[in-house]
Amino acid sequence: MSASPAPATVERGKITKKGIAADHPTWCPGCGDFAVLAAFFKTLEKMQFPQENIVTIAGIGCSSRFPYFVNTHGGHFIHGRALPFATGVSLGRDDLHVFVFGGDGDGFSIGGNHLDHAGRKNIRLTYVIMDNFVYGLTKKQTSPTSPQGFRSKTDPTGAIDRPTNPMRKLLSSGATFVARTHAMQIKHMMEMYERAIQHDGFSVVECLSECVEFYKGAFDAAVPRKGGAFDVIDEDEHDVTNMAGALALAEEEWPGKFGVYYQNKEPTKNEMERDLIDSAQEKTKGASDLELLKKTFAHMK
Amino acid sequence: MSTEASASPPPSEELIKDAVIRLAGNSQDGIQSIGGFLARLAGRSAQEVMTYMTIPATISGGPSIFQVRMGTGEVLSAGDEAGFLVAFYQHSYDEHISHLKDGGVLLYDSDHVELDEEENRFLKIGVPIAALTVEALGGSTREKGKNIFTLGLLARIFKLDVDKLRGIFKERFGSKSEDILRNANLAFDAGYSYPIDNVMDRYYAFSAPDESGPPQVTMDGNTAIVLGLLAGGVRHGAGYPITPWSTIMEMLRSQLPKYGGTFVQAEDEIAAASIAIGFSYAGRLAVTGSSGPGISLKLESLGWASMAEIPLIVINIQRGGPSTGLPTNVEQSDLMQAIYGSHGDCPRIVLAAQNVEDCFYTALEATKIARNYSVPVFVLSDMSMASRIEAFDEPDLDSLIVEPKLSTEDRPADFKPYDLNRITRHAPPGSWIEGGKFPQVTGLEHDETGHPSANPEMHVKMMAKRRDKIKAFADSLDATEVFGDQEGDTLVVGWGSTWGPIRETVIRQRSAGKKMGHLHLRYVNPLPNDLGEIFNRFKDIIVVEMNDQGLYGFGQLATLLRANTCNPAIRSLAKTDGLTFKIREIIKGIESR
Repeated sequence: MSASPAPATVERGKITKKGIAADHPTWCPGCGDFAVLAAFFKTLEKMQFPQENIVTIAGIGCSSRFPYFVNTHGGHFIHGRALPFATGVSLGRDDLHVFVFGGDGDGFSIGGNHLDHAGRKNIRLTYVIMDNFVYGLTKKQTSPTSPQGFRSKTDPTGAIDRPTNPMRKLLSSGATFVARTHAMQIKHMMEMYERAIQHDGFSVVECLSECVEFYKGAFDAAVPRKGGAFDVIDEDEHDVTNMAGALALAEEEWPGKFGVYYQNKEPTKNEMERDLIDSAQEKTKGASDLELLKKTFAHMK
Repeated sequence: MSTEASASPPPSEELIKDAVIRLAGNSQDGIQSIGGFLARLAGRSAQEVMTYMTIPATISGGPSIFQVRMGTGEVLSAGDEAGFLVAFYQHSYDEHISHLKDGGVLLYDSDHVELDEEENRFLKIGVPIAALTVEALGGSTREKGKNIFTLGLLARIFKLDVDKLRGIFKERFGSKSEDILRNANLAFDAGYSYPIDNVMDRYYAFSAPDESGPPQVTMDGNTAIVLGLLAGGVRHGAGYPITPWSTIMEMLRSQLPKYGGTFVQAEDEIAAASIAIGFSYAGRLAVTGSSGPGISLKLESLGWASMAEIPLIVINIQRGGPSTGLPTNVEQSDLMQAIYGSHGDCPRIVLAAQNVEDCFYTALEATKIARNYSVPVFVLSDMSMASRIEAFDEPDLDSLIVEPKLSTEDRPADFKPYDLNRITRHAPPGSWIEGGKFPQVTGLEHDETGHPSANPEMHVKMMAKRRDKIKAFADSLDATEVFGDQEGDTLVVGWGSTWGPIRETVIRQRSAGKKMGHLHLRYVNPLPNDLGEIFNRFKDIIVVEMNDQGLYGFGQLATLLRANTCNPAIRSLAKTDGLTFKIREIIKGIESR
């Protein structure tokens, strides 16, 4: 466990690399998550939101330690439920920029149902799934994205269950922005984060982030200097608003393509709830809370 | 007796203090509406009223009853036995005739019910209710409206205020369509003008109520909880449908937007609790709720809220357990769950409402406690109060209402979300922290800044911090009130909806010369500090509750009280038949102990 560092002096109204960093990460040396964090810092530096209005939320897992490493308001919630928690934060406060970080266990296993519903409701937030194909915090058990044959402590002779297809799952959730990136491609990661953040709605990015301790080399097929290919989507050919095309990309053979699979503008739940409030308040003609309550009691007389 | 005319003298009038009317039919007959109309009428006439309803767990149809007790004295329970029974069908008669007291009145649909001719312990009035309703409405409405026809009969028998009833029809049906209102009035008139004089030897009239108090409001317990939350400034929440909690989330969903708030129907109970906690973390005190099975699912998140010290309101409308149990019956078997449910030691505050009026005040109080102590607060109600209608004095809203406030003002540089030296409240996102060091809220054991700490000493200190604020709340409580004798033979102790039956028992037994007191616990966790001293003043302490006697012969509260006071005089009167306590069950239970 890391001790709390001495308070840094942060200039109000300006996000700097130094001012946005908090505790030194507890991740293993060489972990892909360091790069994810670095790219997130750089993106925030570029976007310059008021620092006090940024919220970083996570569930449980190695990657879910994220909020402790970011100097913003943060919440470290329970396993698998970061999305509903973030849903409350987002719907409760239109002025906030809500970020959720987590792993494949949180996103595709214990919290899989929440992903579907946060997606279909189009909650305004950005969700980064740091997918490493293995349970790392608990020291090498099979994860929902572990490929068949992967030897883990829970599958010593090799995983037998078919893995989740992350991109297909994200697309079918109803998320209105779905992208895929790789922790070894800082520029690409930053571009994906920036576009996800600028998207008004539920935006989700799957980021392949290698676990050097328990699944070394898992993503080499997508790393050019290890003989793989980092194949980026050509948006002149792929129309990001075309769901059928996006689903076809999701079916491509491993390691598949990187970039924005799908993006479409749909009303967010945030907007629609605001509309409900506006039309309800239009009918009550700006009555005070006390007047409203008295009126309800009058009906009970 | 039949409905044929006979040359009897005109009926006289008998003045009564209260009446228990049981309506028995099928759930689609609209007997709940008659009950509702009677209850509202009683409320508007400054009478006391209490209702009791059973509904089948099936989707549509099935036997159903609605019992109304209305009167001019204090009405504390829905009544052990009915003085009046309305039976629409043979099964209604067969099932409920044993609940009609000797000398009572049976009103039955003579086309549907065949009586036991030997039975002579009550007055029998047969009226072809369904046939006459169809006739009155022109024949095309099938039997719809026979509830209102019956209300007409009852209005005649009890000399009810017809103008007030018509006013209630108008409010209820007027906005739907002219036809529906006209049919209601036609059916009512047909019932009211039925020549019932021929078979009744008397009418009943309620003695004049005391109309000097504030106006009365009439509602069920779930509505009272919603209004208490609204008065307490709760503007956000999340839930998942389950009987008997659903009506709370339905009402919140339609009410909250008017107040600028939002209620989210979540994908499941876990998400509902998590969304509500998210709202609270964002600075919007929120509510979630359910019945037992749903609360079981929420418990991990509630443990987080205790650990992270986030305020939250959790409502549990208890029903019969375990598992899916008796979903439309009453039980008080979730007390231990409310206090201890979740893993680890995660103290929170648990309140229990004692009647419909108290549902309002308990929910309101919960909002204040949650804010002051930054802790999850459970409000326990149950199936019997959820849908039971009672009339009570309109609360003084001007003095009670709490305006919600979002506290995102700047915090000083030394701000600590978990300062060990005081009861802390977190800074919601949007708050600038001088010096720019932002806090984390977390379910990991943490230091004062919210950063993870597995330091053994820190863990001990933080456990004490979370425990001591609950103890501080106990210290803030007023002395516990005992009703009736302040010392003597028997102290009857209860919590929740058993309040009415226990109070009525104690009043009756005291007037029969017994030395008896009644202590009813609103604060079930923490318990008040003065219980041990009070218990010492009585020879026997009987704890009455609707749950199982358990492995060692004690219900859940009785177990806690024995552990808390080590008083061997504590006995338990517990039952799990899914029905509210009758006065005679409590009397018998006390006597057999």
